[in-house]
Amino acid sequence: MGKIGLIIEREYLSRVKKKSFVILTLLGPLLIAGIISLVLWLGLEDNQIQNILVVDQKKPVFANLESDTRVQFTYGDMNLEDAKKSFFESGFDGILFIPSNIERSNLAQLYFKKQPSVVAQRNIENKVESIVEELKLRQYKIDRKEFYDVKTNFFVQPIKFSETGKEEKVDNERTFVGFAFGLMIYLFIFLYGVQVMRGVIEEKTSRIVEVIISSVKPFQLMMGKILGVALVGLTQFLVWIVLTFTIVTAVTAIFFGDQLNPEFISNQTQMTPEVMQQVQGENQMNNQFNLADPENIINRINFPLMIGLFLFYFLGGYLLYAALFAAVGSAVDNETDTQQFMFPMTAPLILAYVMSTFIVQNPEGPLAFWFSIIPLTSPIVMLVRVAIGVGEGGIPLWEVGLSMGLLILGFIGAVWLAGKIYRTGILMYGKKVSYKEIWKWLRYSS
Amino acid sequence: MSVQLEARNVSKFYSNHRALTDVSISIPKQSIFGLLGPNGAGKTSLIRIINQITAPDEGEILMDGKVLDAQHISKIGYLPEERGLYKKMKVGEQAMYLCRLKGLSAKEAKTQLKDWFERFDIIDWWDKKIEELSKGMQQKIQFIVTVLHKPDLIILDEPFSGFDPINTNLIKDEILALKDQGSTIIFSTHNMSSVEEMCDHIALINKSKKILEGSVDEIKDTYKNNEYEVLFKGNKMAFTNALWTGAELKDISEEKSMLKAHVKIAESANSNDLLSNLLPHVEIHGLKEVIPSMNDIFIQKVTEINQTNG
Repeated sequence: MGKIGLIIEREYLSRVKKKSFVILTLLGPLLIAGIISLVLWLGLEDNQIQNILVVDQKKPVFANLESDTRVQFTYGDMNLEDAKKSFFESGFDGILFIPSNIERSNLAQLYFKKQPSVVAQRNIENKVESIVEELKLRQYKIDRKEFYDVKTNFFVQPIKFSETGKEEKVDNERTFVGFAFGLMIYLFIFLYGVQVMRGVIEEKTSRIVEVIISSVKPFQLMMGKILGVALVGLTQFLVWIVLTFTIVTAVTAIFFGDQLNPEFISNQTQMTPEVMQQVQGENQMNNQFNLADPENIINRINFPLMIGLFLFYFLGGYLLYAALFAAVGSAVDNETDTQQFMFPMTAPLILAYVMSTFIVQNPEGPLAFWFSIIPLTSPIVMLVRVAIGVGEGGIPLWEVGLSMGLLILGFIGAVWLAGKIYRTGILMYGKKVSYKEIWKWLRYSS
Repeated sequence: MSVQLEARNVSKFYSNHRALTDVSISIPKQSIFGLLGPNGAGKTSLIRIINQITAPDEGEILMDGKVLDAQHISKIGYLPEERGLYKKMKVGEQAMYLCRLKGLSAKEAKTQLKDWFERFDIIDWWDKKIEELSKGMQQKIQFIVTVLHKPDLIILDEPFSGFDPINTNLIKDEILALKDQGSTIIFSTHNMSSVEEMCDHIALINKSKKILEGSVDEIKDTYKNNEYEVLFKGNKMAFTNALWTGAELKDISEEKSMLKAHVKIAESANSNDLLSNLLPHVEIHGLKEVIPSMNDIFIQKVTEINQTNG
C-alpha cells in the first residue's frame, strides 16, 4: 500500500496544485451561483407593475379588468391609432387592444415597449379570458354556475399498488431530480476519465513510465492514477457544493433579503388566514422553492438514500470507465490516436445519458430495467430510477441489489482487463495499435 | 568470485517472435558487465525481466543466489533506454518521488539528493521545472535518481545516448566510483566501442541468443590473431625481405616520414621473433599488438555461426 499511496499522493497533488484546477474550482461555483442569482433576480424584476392602457372596441365590457400588484389597467377612451401615436410619450408600458370580434377570434393584441415577462403576459391573458368567458356566457344565456359544473378538466391518476396493499401516487417529478444526479455522474466520468487517459499518455510520451514500473507494478501505477484522480474529482465536487451553497445563500440574503426567506414566509402564514392566502398566492408566483411546503419537490426526495447511492454509483461507474480510459491511454502514443478506441467505449455512456431522458418518463419500463442492470449504463440510469424510492412503492430492492452487485463485478472486470492491456501497452512505442494487437496482449501471461 | 546475478536458461516469446532463446549468463559481483548486441537482439527484453517488468516464459533469474522477487526491486537501479521525467514537475520534487518509490524514506531521500546535487553543482535546479532544463541536465538528474538508493545492481540501457562528452566522462567516473563502492553494473548497448574499455565482462547477444560470454581479457586473448603493427623507417623491400615464411604482410602504408606495416605471424611465433628478424634491416619506431575490437569479434563470431549453420 505504501507505494500506491505515494502514487495517489503525486497524482492528487500535481493536479490540485495546477492553476487551471484552482481557477476552475473557484470559478465554477461563481458561475453557477451567478446564473442562479441572475434567474432569481430576473424573476423578481417581474414584480414591477406593468401599466397597461386598454383600448376596447367592445366598450364598456372590458372596463372592469381588474388591476393587481403586478398589472395596472387604465381604461382609455380612444381608438388604437391615437393610443399608438401618443404611446411613447405616455407612461404606459403597453397597450392592450381588444378587437370587436374578440368572442369569435379569441385574440387580443398587446403592444409593448419592452417585452413583458411570460408571467405578466399569462396574467393579463387570464384576466381577459375570464371576461371573454363572462361575455360568452351572457350571449349564450348560460348560467355561470351551470357552466362551471359542466366544464370538465379530466385526469387519470396513476396509483401504484404494491403487494402489501400500500397505495402510492406516482410521482414522475422526482425522476427529474434523479436525472440531475445521473447527469452529474455522466459529466464526472467523462471529465475525470479523460484526465486519467491524458495522464497515462503523458507518462508514456515523456518516457518516464519505464523508470516508474521498475519500482512499482504497472497495476499499482494504473490504480494509483485512477484513485488519485478520483480524489481530485471528489475534492472539486465538495468545493463546488460548499462554495455554491455559500454564495447562493450570501447573495440571496444580501440582495433579496426576506423575500426568499422561507422562514419568514412560513412565519407570516401562521399569522392570519387572509394573509396566508395572499402570501401563498404570491409565493407560488414568486418562488417555487418554499422549503416549508411538504409537497415541495425537495422534501419528497429521500436525500440520504440518493446521496448514498450517488456516491456508490459515481465511484463504481468512474472506476469502471477510468480503467478503460487508462487502457486506451496506454495503447496509443498520442491523444489523436485515441479516437478509434474512444468511440466504442464512450458509446454506452452517451447512450445511457440519452436513454435516461426517456426513462425519466417511464422509470419502471423494461428499457429502464435493463439499462439500470447493465454495469456500463447503470451508474446513470439507476440514479434516475431510484429517485422514486427504493423498496415498497419504488424500485424493488432486488433490482437495486443486482445492479450494484453487477457494477462491482463490472469494475473489477474492467480493472482486470485494463491492467492486462496497460502493462503491455505502456512499453509499446511508435506502433499504431489495432484491436487485433490488443487481443494478443490480453493473452500474454505477464 | 561470487555471482551477483545469474540468468538460467531464460526464454521469452511474443506471439510472432522470440525475444530470448535459452539465455544463460552469470554476472560477477563488483564488475562492469557489458550486454552487447545489435538493436533488436533481445537485450532490453532480458533487462526488463531482470527488473521484473515482465516475467520469463522459461528459465529463472537469481540475484545473490535467490530467485528474483519483490524485495529485490529496491536493490536494483535501472536507467531505461526509453527514459524521461515528468515535464511539469519540479526537479527536487520529482527526484524525491522517484527515490521514495524505490523505498527510501522522505528524509533519507532528501539528504542524499542534496548531497548529490551539491557534488554535481546543480543545487539551484531544485525548484526548476524539468522542462526548463536542457536534455543533458535532465540526463544528469536521471542518472542521480537511478543510483541514489545505493543499489547492488545498476542497469544502464544505452547510457550515453544523448550525453555530451563532458557529461559522459563525468558519468563514467561516477560509475567507476560506484563499482569501487561495491555495486555491480550492467551496460547494455549496441554501440560496443563506447563501453568496451570500461567492461570487465561481456556477453554478446544476437537474434535472441547469447553467442559469447566471458571476461574481456580472455575473449580478446582468444580472438586476437597474432597480428602486429610495426612503425619503422627504412626500405619497404628490406622490410618485406626480412619477414620469414611464417609471417604475412597484410598491409603497408606511409605515415608522415615513416612506414606502418600490419603483419600477421604464425601461431608458434611471438613479438620477439618478429623483432629479431626485423632489427637488422629497418629502424623500428614502434610495435604494438593489434587487439580486435568487440565489434570485430562480434562480426567474426556471427560469421562463424552463419557458416556452421549454413
